[in-house]
Amino acid sequence: MAVSVDEAVSAGPARGRPPAARRPGGRGRSVLEVALLTVLAVVMLFPVLWMIETSIKENRDVYAIPAEFFGFTVTMDHFKDVFVAPDGGRSALSVAFLNSVLVAGASTVLATVLGVPAAWAYSRFALKAKKDQLFFILSTRFMPPVVVVIPIFLMYRQVGLIDSKLGLILIYAAYNVPFTIWMMKGFVDEVPAEYEDAAMLDGYTRLQAFRKFTLPLLVPGIAATAVFALIFSWNEFVFAIFLTSSDSVRTAPPAIAGLIGGTTVDWGLVAAASVVFALPVLVFAYLVRRHLVAGVTLGAVRR
Amino acid sequence: MAGIEVSALHKRYPDGTVAVDHVDLSIDDGELFVMLGPSGCGKTTTLRAIAGLERQTTGDIRIGDTLVNDLPPAERDIAMVFQFYALYPHLRTRDNLAFPLRAEGLPKSEVHERVAEAARLMRLDPLLDRRPRQLSGGEQQRVALARALVRRPRAFLMDEPLTNLDAELRADMRTEIKHLQGELGATMVYVTHDQVEAMSLGHRIAILNKGRVEQIGTPLEVYDRPASLFCAAFIGSPPMNLIEVEVADGKLRGQGGLVLTPPPGLPRDRRLVAGVRPEALEVTAPGAERSVPARVVSAEWLGDEIIYVVDHSGQRDVRVRMPPTVRFAADAPVGLRHTGGTPAVYDVRTEELVA
Repeated sequence: MAVSVDEAVSAGPARGRPPAARRPGGRGRSVLEVALLTVLAVVMLFPVLWMIETSIKENRDVYAIPAEFFGFTVTMDHFKDVFVAPDGGRSALSVAFLNSVLVAGASTVLATVLGVPAAWAYSRFALKAKKDQLFFILSTRFMPPVVVVIPIFLMYRQVGLIDSKLGLILIYAAYNVPFTIWMMKGFVDEVPAEYEDAAMLDGYTRLQAFRKFTLPLLVPGIAATAVFALIFSWNEFVFAIFLTSSDSVRTAPPAIAGLIGGTTVDWGLVAAASVVFALPVLVFAYLVRRHLVAGVTLGAVRR
Repeated sequence: MAGIEVSALHKRYPDGTVAVDHVDLSIDDGELFVMLGPSGCGKTTTLRAIAGLERQTTGDIRIGDTLVNDLPPAERDIAMVFQFYALYPHLRTRDNLAFPLRAEGLPKSEVHERVAEAARLMRLDPLLDRRPRQLSGGEQQRVALARALVRRPRAFLMDEPLTNLDAELRADMRTEIKHLQGELGATMVYVTHDQVEAMSLGHRIAILNKGRVEQIGTPLEVYDRPASLFCAAFIGSPPMNLIEVEVADGKLRGQGGLVLTPPPGLPRDRRLVAGVRPEALEVTAPGAERSVPARVVSAEWLGDEIIYVVDHSGQRDVRVRMPPTVRFAADAPVGLRHTGGTPAVYDVRTEELVA
């Protein structure tokens, strides 16, 4: 259902298969490589293919034994059900998707706006106990969400953020800021500080120098970092299911999970909702795949 | 152009590192002043403080008559050239040169004129429409110099501008910078860790160590009479031989009987070390007049000279610079003799020059 960060990144290298054939070592080796990679790809992609198949099958075909891989009747009804309620209005799922877009987008923007300048400061300035500060920032990510969700639930209840989109946006941003700072610091370190020095001598203030010269060079890094933050917020399940309850606030992951658990499960609808849910992140990751790989391999090679 | 006055400069970073302990400098108008020292000695921090890129913890900086402590870099009317050139990567050479002028808001014709002049001075005309990554290292550094020139600043600050260039180019650029400085009569503060650069460029050299000034002097002063044991060991290649000596019978005697001419006014009650340049010693045939017996450990044949490393009783690895015509085999018994004038003599405890 959810797209993990690893899967999103592997979308890039999988496309890069053709160059393997050009490597020295002969045709035999490249055929073997392609064969192995194909087997691996089928194994890895099978659940995804199954999900897509289920989303376009009639419900009776979904339960058919033996399972039908081909030759079933294709239907788009499930996709229609994802967006349109039985009475013709907007479905609860479509509201959940909009909520997901809003929450993931806003929390990513917030984390980026806060994290990038912080990363710049940590990269450029000598600060008291800088390493300890950075470690402290990172340490907030040591605990999985499920460990902290109860205290956060209690705190949110006190301040009235339970069952609100703002609450989710804030908690996702808080989770993404440390990641943004650490990843962006790597990118800022790569941009020579001399550009800013030169700009300051040319008459700009430090902030103007950052905005006019360093920031444009950081755009690929910001894109990569933001995509990772976006994927986290988009996929997040634990906070979403604990901190929200009403249909108008819930994001897509708990909404889709809520489809399972009745006396009958409409697997076609679950699959269709999952496809719709996975698609934006896949498309997005594909568009910025080069930056994602840059983000993952950053610092792996010493210059 | 203007002189630069740095007094009691101290820079301590928030994390507790003291980059500059105490530095006093008085740089004259039109002077090419070199700050020389090993990495971490505080030379770059001092330069950045003059530029305004770092705020000193205490101390004053004056450029001309202006106290610039609280002025941002742009208002100090100085130009800086960086080790990594720091050309704006998205701009063509022409626009890189014009950039600081446009930032100042000069009229177009003036900008055009000044860019043309700087381009002519640094012979950049064929490169004006290229971007930095289409330029070689040497060309980039010439553009960086030109970008400093167009400003017509009161002083130039150079932060190891030649370190990233290869050896041949570095020598060319050195000549070029020296020529340019003389022609413009510019005040220039030049930071380097390369003593050859310092000696060949500087009107005066400041040697820094651990955030303090060890010595300020002309290249010859610094070479002939290093003010401390640190300077003695830092300047010269190979560096001075440091020979433990004592005063006896009106002479300076090293261990093993090497006799040196004593400078006047030597204190008698302290342990002393004489700094003897390799060219102030001579390797002779064994038993020559005034020589002490020694043995050749190794010889470095450099073409125009030979550096002999010799041992004699009481002193190991004494380096002697000899003309290439004087040849001794390794391990040969030889004589060692002092031929220079009075050596610089240091107190072992304070590590400072005493006479």
